[in-house]
Amino acid sequence: MNIYDFTGLTRSIHEGLSSSMSPLAVTVTEFVIIAFAFMIFFTILGLVLVYAERKICAFFQLRLGPMRVGKWGLAQTAADAVKLIFKEPMITKNADKFLFNLAPFIVIISTFMALGALPFAKGLHALDFDIGILYISAVSSIGVIGILIAGWSSDNKYSLIGAMRSGAQVVSYELSVGLSLLTIVVLAESLQFSEIIASQEAGWWIFRGHIPALIAFCVFMIAGTAETNRGPFDLAEAESELTAGFHTEYSGLKFAFFFLAEFVNMFIIAAIGATVFLGGWMPFHIGHWAGFNQIMDFIPPIVWFFGKTGFLIFLMMWFKWTFPRLRIDQLLTLEWKYLLPINLINILIMAFVVLMGWHF
Amino acid sequence: MRAIIDYIKSIIEGIRTLLKGMSVTGYYITHPREIITQQYPENRETLEMFDRFRGEVVLTHTEANEHRCTGCSACELACPNGTIEIISKREEVDGKKKKVIDKFMYNLSMCTFCNLCILSCPTDAIVMSKDFEHAVFDRSLLTKVLNKPGSKLMEGVR
Amino acid sequence: MGEAVKTVTNTPFEEQEYFINMGPQHPSTHGVLRLVLTLEGETIRKVEPHLGYIHRSIEKMCEKDGYKQIVHLTDRMDYLSAHINNEAVCLAVEQGMEVEIPERVKVIRTIIAELTRLASHQLWWGVMGMDLGAITTFLYGFRDREMINDIFEETCGARLTMNYNVPGGLMFDIHPNFVQRTKDFIAHFKKKLPEYDELLSGNIIFRKRTEGVGVLSKEDAISFGVTGPAGRASGFSCDLRKHAPYSAYDKVQFKEVLGTEGDSYARYKVRIQEMWESMAVIEQLIDNIPEGDFQAKTKAVIKLPKGEFYQKVETARGELGVYIISEGDKSPYRMKFRSPGFSNLSALDHMARGAKIADVVTIMSTLDLVIPDIDR
Ligand code: SF4
Ligand code: SF4
Repeated sequence: MNIYDFTGLTRSIHEGLSSSMSPLAVTVTEFVIIAFAFMIFFTILGLVLVYAERKICAFFQLRLGPMRVGKWGLAQTAADAVKLIFKEPMITKNADKFLFNLAPFIVIISTFMALGALPFAKGLHALDFDIGILYISAVSSIGVIGILIAGWSSDNKYSLIGAMRSGAQVVSYELSVGLSLLTIVVLAESLQFSEIIASQEAGWWIFRGHIPALIAFCVFMIAGTAETNRGPFDLAEAESELTAGFHTEYSGLKFAFFFLAEFVNMFIIAAIGATVFLGGWMPFHIGHWAGFNQIMDFIPPIVWFFGKTGFLIFLMMWFKWTFPRLRIDQLLTLEWKYLLPINLINILIMAFVVLMGWHF
Repeated sequence: MRAIIDYIKSIIEGIRTLLKGMSVTGYYITHPREIITQQYPENRETLEMFDRFRGEVVLTHTEANEHRCTGCSACELACPNGTIEIISKREEVDGKKKKVIDKFMYNLSMCTFCNLCILSCPTDAIVMSKDFEHAVFDRSLLTKVLNKPGSKLMEGVR
Repeated sequence: MGEAVKTVTNTPFEEQEYFINMGPQHPSTHGVLRLVLTLEGETIRKVEPHLGYIHRSIEKMCEKDGYKQIVHLTDRMDYLSAHINNEAVCLAVEQGMEVEIPERVKVIRTIIAELTRLASHQLWWGVMGMDLGAITTFLYGFRDREMINDIFEETCGARLTMNYNVPGGLMFDIHPNFVQRTKDFIAHFKKKLPEYDELLSGNIIFRKRTEGVGVLSKEDAISFGVTGPAGRASGFSCDLRKHAPYSAYDKVQFKEVLGTEGDSYARYKVRIQEMWESMAVIEQLIDNIPEGDFQAKTKAVIKLPKGEFYQKVETARGELGVYIISEGDKSPYRMKFRSPGFSNLSALDHMARGAKIADVVTIMSTLDLVIPDIDR
């Protein structure tokens, strides 16, 4: 039995609650606990990621990044958050007030919903649907509706162009994300996250799936970056063209929502990538090296999970701070002429590999 | 067939160029020694401007509170922006009436740091200081009187 | 009676078209330039530049200033070529003064002019990357430019608006460290310039963003009067350092970089190549600065004889012309600058039609516009 298993903990909480309450009350209480846990996690995640991005980008650019607030600027993002909360919320004169206020919430709700289905460690998993992958890709693309609404209701042409770009982009890249994940689903023979992870007990799919898995991983990283409107694909907010794109008119807390959602979305994409391709919270094992494997087991799964996710996030930041931005027509060309055909062929090859039993 | 090979070639070539770019940024993130940021207010003590740096015009005073400005107004004429205004008065020195400066007015906000006044001064009375921290909260503070109160012309300077 | 007056309905926009204001406050115009873009979807139908937001009437101010004072005003036109602007005015005034300029002055002016060109191109490279979304290049460009700025600060006293020239020579002699610092910089930058290529020039995204974007044919370049690297990228041989050598340019060997395609990538390439050429020029001169005075003997108040004087020089952006009409006074009767930025901007509409919004940013970047140079 693994000492890092959270199943026991969650079960005992559940049993403790059940002994004193009716089943309905238990469910509600558990909902509330989980909601609180996620809210706190969400905030911390946002702050940490923003700080990490600012530091990493600074080091790429021969700078030091935030250094003033706290040691090494550690409290910088918290200070920024406080500032944003107290800022005056401004609305443009002819904006559609209802939609304008609604948009940031749609964006943030969709990230919340996606976050809920992520497996953080064994047993630390709020929603384990049997169609987990499908659910996440469905839910995470709700966010784009928020962006479209934001762009439309702002009564600003820059915002509108940004929102339209974002719409075209997410709709196209959603395909590639889905197909590259399907490649692994073919291998793992399940859509459920816990089973996908369990199927990687013997080794991560990226190693065991031959070249098709590697290609799928690359495609996933590219399409995932595009879906979060980041890096070389940040056309929706392209600051040198559209000043700030869809959130040009937002300020204060509502702007903070968009900002946070972008970073948490990045985390979600990285976490899915880590789970599906890199074995989630599974430690790194090499064949029959029992000693080595045991040392690896010693590192808690939650560290493995965040380590892998962190690595992928770093990769995405590396993209962002190196590459120029694509143009809108090139963005669509990349998807429809390159990623999609590659993906389709790749999935065929993968099906063939699985049929013949060639994978490890 | 050719088309397919070209297609694949273009992909590989594209990825190669992208990786090349990433290796440059990757080099810098792994070599923090290359960081060029200076922590400005913290390094005030060690921060040394170059000798010729043009911070602002100052009138040099000796320890005995003497300066070299005769009030000839050459700098006022040389200045393209009307930054300098010499207000002189007549004073009785050894029984003779003599023109001396009353106020050397210098309006920092109008100065373009062109150095022409320094070059034009026949007695080298004014120089450019290395001070560059000019920010103040009130615009009127930028209009300065450069001669210190009670200062007088150095002996022998004419 | 006469013919019926024809009524012309003023339809600035077709159906399906709309316009956006790019600027006067916009991240990619790098100054207060306002472009009215007429769009159909993301496609540009028309670009109308609106000028005048930073007009300071430098030409008019010159009419009241003495010839020594005029020089420092030109710092503020194309501030990235400050020294070259100063040099142009000084050369024009020196024509009228009929003084013999010491060789030393000519060589030092040439070295500093080439350093200015390098600094300007470095900044342009950084900004170009930033306009296309690769913000990191901005910092790398600034890192290298900083060394040149230090050289300027030590010798001239200022980093940007140097005002190092006076009619008849230089304001002071070069600093003792000048030669060593310049050599250090050349050694440093020879290592860093290939990095520019790795980071941006080769990058597939960058090539796709610039190749075939904003094509300007040689004929158009000539008829719009597009000069400088932008003109040369279209194959228009217009380098005044070659065609009308001034200062010490007749003594050095360098290639005039010419492109053929006339697209944004060609303009990019020309500038990168020009950096190599500028370094070659500096290397030829830096060890051979002749001894002598740093200033010719001039009167305290300069008066030009009645007449007209014209001097053209090659700034980092193209041909700068200085035209002085003198009535024999201590300030000019009329002064006119032919600024490269203004002519280069005029080609923007022609180049941008049919392109995407993002291409306007690319084209503006590769034209390397400095807004105060356009407005003056
Ligand atoms: S530096 Fe130039 S602008 Fe400033 S006071 Fe002297 S002459 Fe005038
Ligand atoms: S500072 Fe020099 S030039 Fe100016 S009034 Fe005094 S002596 Fe004359």
